[in-house]
Amino acid sequence: MLVNEKIAIEHGLKKDEYKKICDLLKRTPNITELGIFSAMWNEHCSYKSSRLHLKKLPTKGKKVIQGPGENAGVIDIEDGDAIVFKIESHNHPSFIEPYQGAATGVGGIMRDVFTMGARPIANLNSIHFGSPQHKKTKNLLRGVVHGIGGYGNCMGVPTIAGQTSFDSSYNGNILVNAMTLGLVKKNKIFYSKAAGLNKPVIYVGSKTGRDGIHGASMASASFDDKIEEKKPTVQVGDPFTEKLLLEACLELMAGDSIIAIQDMGAAGLTSSSIEMASKGNLGIEINLNKVPCRETRMTPYEIMLSESQERMLIILENGKETIAKKIFDKWNLDFAIIGKTTNSKNIELFFDDEKVANIPVNTLVENSPMYDRKWKKAKIPKKNKIKNEIFNNLKIKDVLKKILSNPNICSKEWIWQQYDHTVMGDTIQKPGGDSGVVRVHGTEKAVAASVDSSAVYCWAHPLTGGKQVVAESWRNLISVGATPIAITNCLNFGSPENEENMGEFVECVEGIGEASKYLNYPVVSGNVSFYNQTKDVGIKPTPSIGGIGLIKNYKNVISMGFKEIDNSVLIIGKTEGHIDQSIFARTILDEKNGPPPEVNLFNEKNNGESLLNLIDKGYIKSAHDISLGGILTALSKMCIKGNKGIKLKRSKNLINEIEFLFAEDQGRYIIEIDPKDFKEVTKILNKNSVHHEEIGVIIEKDMIINKKTKVTIDELKSYNTNWLKNYMSS
Amino acid sequence: MKSSVITFPGSNCDRDMDVALNKFGFKNKMVWHNDSELPKSDLVVLPGGFSYGDYLRCGSMASKSKIMKSVISFAKSGGMVMGICNGFQILVETGLVPGVLLRNKYLEFICKNVFVKIEDKNNSYFKNLEKNIFKFHIAHNEGNYFCTKDQLKEIEDNDQIAIYYCNKDGQTEEQFNPNGSIRNIAGILNKEKNVLGMMPHPERMIDLSLSGDDGALFFKNLINNIK
Repeated sequence: MLVNEKIAIEHGLKKDEYKKICDLLKRTPNITELGIFSAMWNEHCSYKSSRLHLKKLPTKGKKVIQGPGENAGVIDIEDGDAIVFKIESHNHPSFIEPYQGAATGVGGIMRDVFTMGARPIANLNSIHFGSPQHKKTKNLLRGVVHGIGGYGNCMGVPTIAGQTSFDSSYNGNILVNAMTLGLVKKNKIFYSKAAGLNKPVIYVGSKTGRDGIHGASMASASFDDKIEEKKPTVQVGDPFTEKLLLEACLELMAGDSIIAIQDMGAAGLTSSSIEMASKGNLGIEINLNKVPCRETRMTPYEIMLSESQERMLIILENGKETIAKKIFDKWNLDFAIIGKTTNSKNIELFFDDEKVANIPVNTLVENSPMYDRKWKKAKIPKKNKIKNEIFNNLKIKDVLKKILSNPNICSKEWIWQQYDHTVMGDTIQKPGGDSGVVRVHGTEKAVAASVDSSAVYCWAHPLTGGKQVVAESWRNLISVGATPIAITNCLNFGSPENEENMGEFVECVEGIGEASKYLNYPVVSGNVSFYNQTKDVGIKPTPSIGGIGLIKNYKNVISMGFKEIDNSVLIIGKTEGHIDQSIFARTILDEKNGPPPEVNLFNEKNNGESLLNLIDKGYIKSAHDISLGGILTALSKMCIKGNKGIKLKRSKNLINEIEFLFAEDQGRYIIEIDPKDFKEVTKILNKNSVHHEEIGVIIEKDMIINKKTKVTIDELKSYNTNWLKNYMSS
Repeated sequence: MKSSVITFPGSNCDRDMDVALNKFGFKNKMVWHNDSELPKSDLVVLPGGFSYGDYLRCGSMASKSKIMKSVISFAKSGGMVMGICNGFQILVETGLVPGVLLRNKYLEFICKNVFVKIEDKNNSYFKNLEKNIFKFHIAHNEGNYFCTKDQLKEIEDNDQIAIYYCNKDGQTEEQFNPNGSIRNIAGILNKEKNVLGMMPHPERMIDLSLSGDDGALFFKNLINNIK
């Protein structure tokens, strides 16, 4: 087939991009070469609209072993141990085919982690659906949850935390972000940089089929009415093969055979081979007849662009082929020597004794397009003035009932009960806590992980929202007693070609950067997903932040359930009464405008570090950060988890009681302490200038809010646990 | 005391079982499915997971793997063989214990803590256990035990029902049954009481500061019984 501009445009390339390809090659590319360019230059692989802005993120730190640019980020957790982690989106495929889309998202991120030599020890996910009333929502939710469970459960990796939200902006474009962390010895980390000439290039794992061809290009375009036609671009997952691949790779990695290894993810064999060659500043030669294929008569084009799952590309030391083959034979996986490294600095492909592609590697990587897209700066919306009589006409109990049963607040047990969260035997905090916590196998240490996003805040003001998500992630780790180390981010946005969507992206990234820099909480890995929109309507900007923290002794993990009757309950951080953009404003007042709560990074850092200090000293019996739904929502969850009540004191705060109980001011936590430690705890807080206030005492049962308002624990439970179960069975 | 844990392709609780057995004093060996000889063992364990990806039918392909010939003859000669979760599914497929395991009643994978009751302790697994009600963990998609009326009568007459799902007080009403299994059955013994299949995972409950330690009680008792 002869290539021309029209065909290039059908491949998702722009006119000037096609011209650039012809200029770089000094000729017209053939169809295989065009396919390779389109796969490498699409948004998903090239980050052409985001690269410029991502550069501004802080990526270095004392604990950072590997920042962005590898399969995943790596951080030091002492004693020679390291954690490899990353979050990635699989939004477009999950909307088209929820089970396989979500399953292969989980499979892909686990491969990113074990490619680096780490055994996956925990999975997390952040999933976002359209309005519960939308006709597609229920089936999408069910399919995604089954897919995540189907893959993760079979792999034997616990799913320890997650986040689920509903918002009509996801009606036509759901989000599925999957995160994995793995454990590795610091001196046994594997990278994707090729090195040495004439080294064998090895293909292992599943055979290559025709599934997922152009998956990465599909993920780089907006949806229209013809999405059903895109089903064939969704990959099909086989967790069983991936489990075998994991064990086989780790077995081979125990020796010294591997020079470089890269999983075949988006854009399959194309991006894996090119990335390895590019990083090593080498050429690579592949004989496509040697690639194990599932179907007959696959063309070079199809082989190079297939996104069949569960495959790896390895560059071996010479002479290690037999040892390696033996391991893959044992695990019943395909093993083929398909090529070698060369000094040509080109990617050269052969098929039926003919050279079918010859492209300089740097034209695909360094010379890929980079755009400084136009973007619009967002203004801070005006604050709403809410009249006191509106508050006075509300009954606290009614408000609490509505908020606790709100789809975005209610218990997600229906979801996480379908995920194996205890396999591997090291889970300490299961889903439903502020963070998931797993013990580092065979040690006293534990790792905490959380995933957060606040699309509503980001939508109202992207800069503040970006800061807020990082701050919330940091608080969630501290609430379980972990020292935050680093984050991974998954940036889900609308079209970068739309100035407002691009502005949301730029300013969210700026906010994320500012907060992570201030909190010394660097970004070590991540992914960008643009074009999350249907026709012209983009989703609410949704950066998901995955955070990792370390707990020195797993026996000191803090949980949110109230522990002991007569203990004192304190609030750390100041309550100003910020109602705009809160769950209260949206569900009770039906008010969708106004600014998000301000983020004061000094207070965040000071409050968080002071709490960690109190935890270290053993004063904290339970803790929970205050986020969506404010103080009363947080207290309700602590009552439910601990099966104990609380008698609230009348706050000295001058704002209205409802504002006090439901405001979403940032930088706040609730803590439980023994009354005998009260003096010492408040002394430390005062010394550090941390605003704090005693708000109640733990009692046997019932939440007694004021003289007129009492809610039983059973009522709290029924408000909180029933919505999702009922919704899914209706 | 010597134990062996069989690793099938797709097993994923083999390591957890190895950790638990070693923790409570067994000298455990991991055995590959493709080996033909079983090391000298006082106990053989078929661990949980997704052997052969649960393809065809859970446990079906694993039941035909090379090592299983030795495991079956070991069991038939009176050796203790315990199958947990997918291991239970494999045991059912070999016919060493009666019945079948169907998909969970609500068609969903289920992972949670449950209470189980052990009534009959007249066997080497449970004798000397000091209590009857345990908090164990389940994580499965196909744990809905089923058998024919005749089989049910037979296993009831022979006291082969090893474990029932119940509430914290030991009541075995249907509402405390997580997967729809007949008679709230969570585990079954063979007629000779040397082969045990059970859905719950005692190996996930061996540390109080993690999840609970009723599994620890089970393993400590088990090794004392074998000694």
